Amino acid sequence: MPRSEDKATFLWVLGFALLAVVLVALPHLLSFSQQEILVLLVINVLLVCSYRLLTLTGEWSLAHAVIMGVGAYASGLCAKDLGLPVPIAMVVGAATAGFLAFLLSFPLFRMKGFYFLIGSFAAGEVIRLMWKWSDLTFLFGGPKGIKRIPPMPDIFSIDFYEPVNYYYLCLIVVSISLLILYRIERSRIGLTFHAIHWQDKLAESVGVDTFRYRMLAFVISAFFAGLAGALYAHYVGAVAPNRFDVEEMVYILIWAIVGGTATFYGPIIGVIALTVLNEVILRSLGVDEMRPMLYGGILIISILFLPDGLESLLPKIKGWFAGRKERRDALADQPAE
Amino acid sequence: MTAELFLQTVVNATYAASYMALIAVGFVLIFGVMGVVNFAHGELYMAGAYVVVALYADQGFPFFVAVAAGLVFVGLLGLLMELALFRPLRDNPLGGLIASIGFLLILQTVAVLGFGVRMENVPPSTQEKITFMDGAVLTYQRLYVILAAIVLLTALWVFLRKSKFGWALRACSQDREAAALQGISINQTARIAMFIGAALAGVAGALTAPLVSPTPFMGHSVVVTAFIIIIVGGLGSLEGAVLVAILYAFVHTFVTTIYDGTLANIVGLLLMLAVLIVRPTGLFGAKERA
Repeated sequence: MPRSEDKATFLWVLGFALLAVVLVALPHLLSFSQQEILVLLVINVLLVCSYRLLTLTGEWSLAHAVIMGVGAYASGLCAKDLGLPVPIAMVVGAATAGFLAFLLSFPLFRMKGFYFLIGSFAAGEVIRLMWKWSDLTFLFGGPKGIKRIPPMPDIFSIDFYEPVNYYYLCLIVVSISLLILYRIERSRIGLTFHAIHWQDKLAESVGVDTFRYRMLAFVISAFFAGLAGALYAHYVGAVAPNRFDVEEMVYILIWAIVGGTATFYGPIIGVIALTVLNEVILRSLGVDEMRPMLYGGILIISILFLPDGLESLLPKIKGWFAGRKERRDALADQPAE
Repeated sequence: MTAELFLQTVVNATYAASYMALIAVGFVLIFGVMGVVNFAHGELYMAGAYVVVALYADQGFPFFVAVAAGLVFVGLLGLLMELALFRPLRDNPLGGLIASIGFLLILQTVAVLGFGVRMENVPPSTQEKITFMDGAVLTYQRLYVILAAIVLLTALWVFLRKSKFGWALRACSQDREAAALQGISINQTARIAMFIGAALAGVAGALTAPLVSPTPFMGHSVVVTAFIIIIVGGLGSLEGAVLVAILYAFVHTFVTTIYDGTLANIVGLLLMLAVLIVRPTGLFGAKERA
C-alpha cells in the first residue's frame, strides 16, 4: 500500500517540521531566566538519552552524573589551561569521558545487577573525591572547582554568550547526537544490546561477546554524557564537584524512570515534564524549601501508579484515537459496499 | 606514630566500627529480606539523630529516653516504608530503590523545615571518660555506642539463630516463595525486618548525635559507607557486614589520622573496587541475587 506509506512519511515530516518550528520559536516566547533553564533542559535531554543507551543492556549505572562531570572538567581544563579552542576542547572532554568509561568497564562489568549499581556508584565517588582532594587542588581546584572557564567564542559574529544563541547551538549539537544515538539503537549493535538485556546467557551461547557490547554501550553513553557536560561547562563557566553529586544522579534516574525507558522518547518526556513541573509550576507556587519533598512525593506516586513511565500513556491515547478512527472508517465503508 | 596516638586511633576506630556495623547490618537485613537497596538508610540514621536533637537538646528529656524514642520512632518509619512503598513494589526491585530515594527527599525536607539547614549542637550527656595508661581517652559518649553495638548485634544474632521469627526471617531471605509455601507470612517477616533494620540505623543516629553535629544532609556519607561495607562483605551476609565494618573502620580511621579524610574515603572506595575485581560477590557473599 504505497499510498498510506507515503501518507505516513508525509505526516512524520510534517510532525518534525512543526517540532522544529516550535523549538526555534520557543526561546523568543520566554523570559531571560526561562531561556537559561531552557538551555540546561536541552543539555539534560542529551544526558538522559545517553543514560538510556546503557540501560538498554539492562545495567543501571550510578556514575553517569560524575561521567558528565568528567566531560565538563576535561573540556574546561583543556580550554582554560591548555588554551585549546572551545569546540575542540568539547570533543576532547567527551572523548575523555568515553575513555574513562572504557577503563572503568574492566572492573565494573565483572558485576551485574545491584553489584554493578553500587560498584558504579563507588567508582563515581572515587572520581568525585579526586576533584575535591586537597592534594590535587592545583589541577581540579578542590571543593570550589574550576572558575572562569572560557565561553564559546563568537562564530560568524554570533554571540554565544546570549542564552538564545547558545540554545540554538545546543539544539543543533543535541539533535545530531540524538540522531546518532537513535541510529545506534536501531542498528545491529542496538539489537544486540536488547538481546543482552533480556537473554544474556542465550546471547553468549550464540557467540555474542557480552562484555564487549556492555563496554561499547557504556563508552558511547559516557561519550555523549561527557559532551553534555562540556556544553554545560562552557555555558555556566564554572564546574564544582558538588554539581555532579549523588543528587544530580538521582535526578537523572528520576527523569528516566518517570518518563520510562522502553522507548527512545520516554526519557525525553520525563525530563521535559519534570523540568516544567519543577521550574515552572513548583517555582510559581513559591515553596522553594518544600520542592525536594514534592519532588520525592511525585517520584513515589509515579513509581507506584505509573511503573512503566509517562511513555506508557502514549500508546493508550493513540489506541483510543485509532479505535475511534477505525469505527468511523467502518461506518464510512459500509454504505459504499 | 607514637604509642599513645596509635592506641587513641585504635580506640577511635573501635567506636567508628561500632556505629558503622549498626548501620550496615540494618542495611543488609533490609536487602536480604526485602530485596531492596534502601537508599534512604542514611536518612533513617539522620532521623534518629534528630529525635535526640528534638527531645534531649531542645526539650530536655533524659538522654537515654531520647535514644529509646529514636529507636522506636525510626523503627516505625521503617514499618511505614514497608507498608507504603516496598510492599506494593515487591516484584519491582528497581522500583523499591527509586521509591526509597523519594522517601529520602521527603525525610530531608522534613528535617530542613523542622530544624533548618544549619548544624545542630547537641551537648554531651556526660563528661565522664576512661583514660588508658598511655593517655588514650575513651569518652563515655563513645563507649555507649560501642556497648550498644555489641549488645544489639549479639541480641540480633541470637534472635536470628534461635527464635522462630529468626528462622522465618532467614528462610525469607534465602527463598521467598519456598518460605511462603512453608506457611511463613511474608508480610509479617518483612515488617519485622524493616523495623529491626531501620531501628538499628535510628539508634546509631541517636547515640552519635552528641558526637557528630547533625545536619539534614548527614545521611549521604553514611549511606556511601554502608554501600562499601555491604559490597565488600557480600550482599546478604550479616557476619560479613560486621567483620568488614570493623576492617573498614580501622583502615579509614588510620588513614584519616596519618593523612587526611578525603584520601581515607578514596582508599576505602578503591579497596572496595579491588575486592569486587577479585571476588565480584564480596568476601562473604554467596551466589548472586540479582
